[in-house]
Amino acid sequence: MNLAILIPLFPLIGFLLNGFFGKKMSKTLSGTIGASAVFASFIVSIIVFAQLQTAPGNSMTVNVFDWISADTLNIPIAFLIDSLSVVFLLIITGIGFLIHVYSIGYMKHDEGFSRFFAYLNLFIFFMLLLVMGNNYLVMFMGWEGVGLCSYLLIGFWFKERENNNAARKAFVMNRIGDLGFLLGIFLIFVTYGSTTFGEIFPMVDGASESTITIIALLLFVGAMGKSAQIPLFTWLPDAMAGPTPVSALIHAATMVTAGVYMVVRSNVFYSLSQTASTTIAIVGILTMLLGALIALFQNDIKKILAYSTVSQLGLMFVALGVHAYSSAVFHVTTHAFFKALLFLAAGSVIHAMSGEQDIRKMGGLKGKIKITFLTMLIGTIAISGFPPFSGFFSKDEIFAHLFQSNYTLWLIALFASMLTTFYMFRLLYLTFFGSFRGTAAQEKHLHESPKSMTIPLLVLAILSIFGGVLGLPASWHLPNWMHHNLEAIVIFDEPIILSHATEWLLMAIAIGGAVVALVFSYVIYRKQGILPVEKESMLKNWQKPIFYKFYVDELYETVIRKPIDGLAKVFYKVIDLQIINAIVDGAGKGINRLGVSARLLQNGNVGTYFVFMVAAIIGILLFTFLN
Amino acid sequence: MINGISIDLYLWLSSILFVIGVIGVMLRRNTIILFMCIELMLNAVSLLMVAFSALHQDTAGQVFVFFNMAVAACEVAVGLAILTMIFRRSKSIDADLLSNLKN
Repeated sequence: MNLAILIPLFPLIGFLLNGFFGKKMSKTLSGTIGASAVFASFIVSIIVFAQLQTAPGNSMTVNVFDWISADTLNIPIAFLIDSLSVVFLLIITGIGFLIHVYSIGYMKHDEGFSRFFAYLNLFIFFMLLLVMGNNYLVMFMGWEGVGLCSYLLIGFWFKERENNNAARKAFVMNRIGDLGFLLGIFLIFVTYGSTTFGEIFPMVDGASESTITIIALLLFVGAMGKSAQIPLFTWLPDAMAGPTPVSALIHAATMVTAGVYMVVRSNVFYSLSQTASTTIAIVGILTMLLGALIALFQNDIKKILAYSTVSQLGLMFVALGVHAYSSAVFHVTTHAFFKALLFLAAGSVIHAMSGEQDIRKMGGLKGKIKITFLTMLIGTIAISGFPPFSGFFSKDEIFAHLFQSNYTLWLIALFASMLTTFYMFRLLYLTFFGSFRGTAAQEKHLHESPKSMTIPLLVLAILSIFGGVLGLPASWHLPNWMHHNLEAIVIFDEPIILSHATEWLLMAIAIGGAVVALVFSYVIYRKQGILPVEKESMLKNWQKPIFYKFYVDELYETVIRKPIDGLAKVFYKVIDLQIINAIVDGAGKGINRLGVSARLLQNGNVGTYFVFMVAAIIGILLFTFLN
Repeated sequence: MINGISIDLYLWLSSILFVIGVIGVMLRRNTIILFMCIELMLNAVSLLMVAFSALHQDTAGQVFVFFNMAVAACEVAVGLAILTMIFRRSKSIDADLLSNLKN
């Protein structure tokens, strides 16, 4: 038995304990069980990581049991531990643990405390299953499971209708993607006769190019749903209806990067299909740009971060599109650090502001909540890409890849990245600088969060600062651990062949862009102290489409929801009411009429009955004789 | 052959009695007559049983007829009692008047 089985087992036990006995337990016990289950997984992950370094071929397969076994179809529940999954394992359990600890403080006054931890543990379990599965079906099982947990946690405060709607929206959007993923798995099985990674990948090029392209695109549809890419991104901003730790864990650090994991895992397909890769790159860059643009005019602190996540996910997919797989994983890692940090810090701000999320009603919090401010500042610098913070390294690596493969992609990404710096500092200035704009009651109640919340913030802040060492650029003549680590998995990883001079230049341009954006943001929101407008009618014409999120929701409403609604109405009014109802009612009425006429036979006259009886007896006798 | 008389004759007699009974029940409305017709059918069947019992030299049929007669006597007693009650209520023994059970 391998230790790896324990990794998903601990959160599962935590879920069962909290799920079944949570109501009888005290909040302290409930939270301790939830957090320590994930911590135990984290410890085991580290041990497994250490074991992996000496394992033959840097990969281990752990068979748990045979799941489906019929003729040639053989699908085990088996775990594949290799250098790719172990990176995700460490992110999920490590950051997951910090967020669990944070949640103990954040959810302290919530009545659904143990339910919350049960869901979180269940989520961790499914997420681990997703990245550990050694075949597409186990991955899909985890994939569906995290979708379910995402639904449950978005609608965690289910007493408000809006939250339920957001949860449903996320679920439905994800199902659209899941259908693509599922079809992709079917096609893989039909083509290669297996769903196990180790068996498929060596024979991928045996299929025709069009088949490979279709598989790659179908899998990407799955990734679109889960990782909030155009056109399925609209659920992610709405998902902010859930508690903030959920936004940090599921909708920033882990679940939404599942799409990236899946594409990296299936990189063979993408490397063999230029069409699919190009599609990913285009979808990715558009998502990145769209997310960054919409974030410019958002006023809800969590929505800004949500659109920022959409944008960063877009960047990861652009990287995948140009076959920079290890760079994408690197960015997933650093993004997990700084985005989780930003979300948790935002949660701390919301906590201090007694539940207020509108940055127009904040301001001047710098001195009141010092740790939150400091960590938020670190997160902002990291996401903006200033060296030597982690975001700089991962972004720089992707930018070098983009520059190498296509200047247009690089330019757009650079522009979107500048927008990122701009809106992140806008958020920072509006929240922490200037004068306080909230109510007097809120001002009186302002307080720093408890230790259980600030300590995870500090740990994440340290990770956000130093996370970059995982992938140092080649031009610095230092080892790039991430790239080296994933060599065996992503055999087609595109190397950077730019000269060191070019790389230095690219870095300089990226930093320059970030500085320009920072200055703009500083001048507008700090020096001039401009506040976002109170009413929508005060917007300038060019701002309106951005403020209204490019009317994407409205577009879906008109193009998809309304026709389907109309169709449903037709089915209801014509087919259901007129045709099916007519058949059912007709059957009932017919029997009724028959009864009315048959009833007349029973007139209560003994003589008549006797005549019938005799006639029947004669009939039976005749029948018997004639036969 | 039973005492020199062919079984066919017994069959004929029994059938005729039975049919008379059936026709009587169908055509007449007087409850007393109906009663008598029903008895006639019953006796037709009893006659047949006795005849075959004698033919086959098996007393089971005759024993059965004794039971039959006893039950018929009870039935007549109950039936006539009911008739008396009906007559007291409706001053008539016409069977058609008894169809008011249906409401």
